Amino acid sequence: MIWLALMMLLSGPAWAEEARPLGDDPVVEARLKTLAVELRCLVCQNQTLADSNAPLAEDLRREVRAMIVKNMSDQEIIEFLVSRYGDFVLYRPPLKLTTTVLWVGPFVLLAVGAIALVVALKRRGQKVADAAITEEEHRRVEQLLSEGVKRS
Amino acid sequence: MIPEIGHFALILALCVALVQGILPIYGAAIDNAALMSVAKPAARLQFLLVLTAFGCLAYAFAAMDFSVLYVAATSNSQLPLHYRLAAIWGAHEGSLLLWTLILTIWMFAVTLFSAHLPEATRSRILGVMGLVSVGFLLFMLTVSNPFERLIPAAPDGRDLNPLLQDPGMVIHPPMLYMGYVGFSVAFAFAIAALLGGNLDAAWARWSRPWTTVAWCFLTVGIAMGSGWAYYELGWGGWWFWDPVENASFMPWLAGTALVHSLAVTDKRGGFKVWTVLLAIMAFSLSLLGTFLVRSGVLTSVHAFATDPKRGLFILAFLAIVIGGSLALYAWRAPRVGLGGSFAMVSREGMLLANNVLLVAAMGSVLLGTLYPLFLDALDLGKISVGPPYFDSVFVPLMVPALFLMGIGPLAQWKKASVPDLAQRLKWAFGVSVVSAITLPIVMGNWTPMLSLGLLLAIWIVTTALVTLRERLMHITGSSVMERLASVPRSYWGMLVAHCGIAVFIVGVTMVKGFETEKDVRMNVGETTTIGNYTFRFDGAHDVKGPNYTAARGTFSVSRDGREITVLYPEKRRYPVQNQIMTEAAIDTGLLRDLYVSLGEPLDDGAWSVRLYHKPFIDWIWGGCFIMAVGGVLAISDRRYRPAWRRETQEAPAAVETARRKYA
Repeated sequence: MIWLALMMLLSGPAWAEEARPLGDDPVVEARLKTLAVELRCLVCQNQTLADSNAPLAEDLRREVRAMIVKNMSDQEIIEFLVSRYGDFVLYRPPLKLTTTVLWVGPFVLLAVGAIALVVALKRRGQKVADAAITEEEHRRVEQLLSEGVKRS
Repeated sequence: MIPEIGHFALILALCVALVQGILPIYGAAIDNAALMSVAKPAARLQFLLVLTAFGCLAYAFAAMDFSVLYVAATSNSQLPLHYRLAAIWGAHEGSLLLWTLILTIWMFAVTLFSAHLPEATRSRILGVMGLVSVGFLLFMLTVSNPFERLIPAAPDGRDLNPLLQDPGMVIHPPMLYMGYVGFSVAFAFAIAALLGGNLDAAWARWSRPWTTVAWCFLTVGIAMGSGWAYYELGWGGWWFWDPVENASFMPWLAGTALVHSLAVTDKRGGFKVWTVLLAIMAFSLSLLGTFLVRSGVLTSVHAFATDPKRGLFILAFLAIVIGGSLALYAWRAPRVGLGGSFAMVSREGMLLANNVLLVAAMGSVLLGTLYPLFLDALDLGKISVGPPYFDSVFVPLMVPALFLMGIGPLAQWKKASVPDLAQRLKWAFGVSVVSAITLPIVMGNWTPMLSLGLLLAIWIVTTALVTLRERLMHITGSSVMERLASVPRSYWGMLVAHCGIAVFIVGVTMVKGFETEKDVRMNVGETTTIGNYTFRFDGAHDVKGPNYTAARGTFSVSRDGREITVLYPEKRRYPVQNQIMTEAAIDTGLLRDLYVSLGEPLDDGAWSVRLYHKPFIDWIWGGCFIMAVGGVLAISDRRYRPAWRRETQEAPAAVETARRKYA
């Protein structure tokens, strides 16, 4: 009897029933998840569809799930959503005329920065002979630092 | 009566700030000692006045004085005292008062630790800070007064946003603001140097510790904000590329670039012009961040204020501060000397390449944050710029920067040779590549991103070890301990901060690669298993908090049949604003977090439940704290201690020469 009780205690969780996943088909849920992290919850301030608990987000998720079940491709689903809600629904803005600067900008910035750096260094190299901080200057800095103390 | 005293203190503070902003700068220009000597007492007086105002507001919150509009808007009689006090910075007006208070704290700190500065420089610095303060005080007194009365008084307050009723929110904003506003000191140093025309190595040496302190606060502040989002928002994410997060991240990127650029200016006298520009940039971005968050121009998770009048004021203020300082920069900067020469492949060169990458990264965050606003304003359509965009733009910019981070500290100043560096780093490189490829295979999930992340993290650590080893070889000393002790603290700081980045990368990579998530419907007694951990739902019951009611679930977590912990996630309802909050329950561990959050109640006592197993997630914040520790080590270096204190504690002669050689 004691043994039985002990066994029940020890293996309690093993006897318990396994919880069911919320979605019926794990494959569909996985696809929904990958899609939903790129979509915006339209009524939330700044949340993805995957994160939001808003009722409208729940509806939209259900719709996307239905489309997945209907075997529509990701492309088709996104096209459908954009036709209904506009580009606003996409967290990855599509590349078009108005978003060119957005997508190209960072790399242009890097290229310009790199070129500017190389040019500046080249030009600088010509201008400066070796005028590195000399021991003399170092002493002057130290002196300046300690003088300030005496003065105040 | 008390709120009026606070209001009056702010008016007086404005008068003092005006005096502090005008007389000392003018005095420095005409070399008048009497005028310059006004700066120090004025700064201290201003600090006391703003502190008084802050105390008055705190009192109004503590005493639940709902005849003050701001108190009535952001607190409630049911709200516990510590959250009532945190509510001071829970919305627009109080945040600005906190901003100003912190500005005056920094001013006060400058008056304490500036004995070694020449009188004119100190006067200019305090003067510039006084002028910044004028802007903020004027803003509060004209359009954003925290002491405005509400007559007749409200019977009760509208309560603090429940999202903010959290211990993390008590400490996060002050830390963040300490960082933001701390860059005002570097900014004031830069403007003072431009005004005085003495932009020299001493200037860089003076501003370095201030910049590092501000950077440490900002690092910790951002990490805390991220941690708060992780456990409070209930989605298990730690960074959302939300405009408000970006607003704090941009000054961090600019500040990081500034810390590195100051190193070149301090050690080698080079690139002063660029360093000054970065100092201006870092503070301007802090102001821009305040503007973005506080003007209501964004509508995001964190932005609570909407009032165009305020937006216009901040915009004008931004234009004056940024425009004015850039104009001064254009006028004075070209006169500055050039400093030492160096080759493209050298430590200077690499630090500057890192600067270009950091600034480009900062530029893309800025672009991504502002772009939708511009498109919307120009009526070109509404778009959303979110995590997928930032991930695909930010990562390619950061990878080379992180790679360079390993090489930079090993490169010699002035001129380094690539074959020599390759020779010294071949072991580190080999170890990193091999372990980056094999580790994910051993762990059972190989993806390119996982390998890349581990490669960078291991590369940073191994190169840091190589750097340390080489350094120790150059130091004469008998025992290893003695040699270790003779490495300057600032050097340790650099190594520690870099390793913090590595820890951070490990966290990000492992969470992305190995986290598992389950959405289940759980009835009482049912179990589910995630990452070897079995969760049993033991039911939910109602609990009553001080100002909310909640359903609290009980989950027993076991591994291999042994119970590890019990987690109590909650679904809270705050009746005043009728808002539902998800309080996740987290079991934190060095190698993994277990995260449970309650979804919705379903029929017959079942709940929808979201569970996560998140390996290494705490390394993300751990890495940030290690970075900040690195910063603290760096500023504790003896070279920043005032000269008089240094003389009293001379190090042994051998150590001293070694330090001279390699510092």
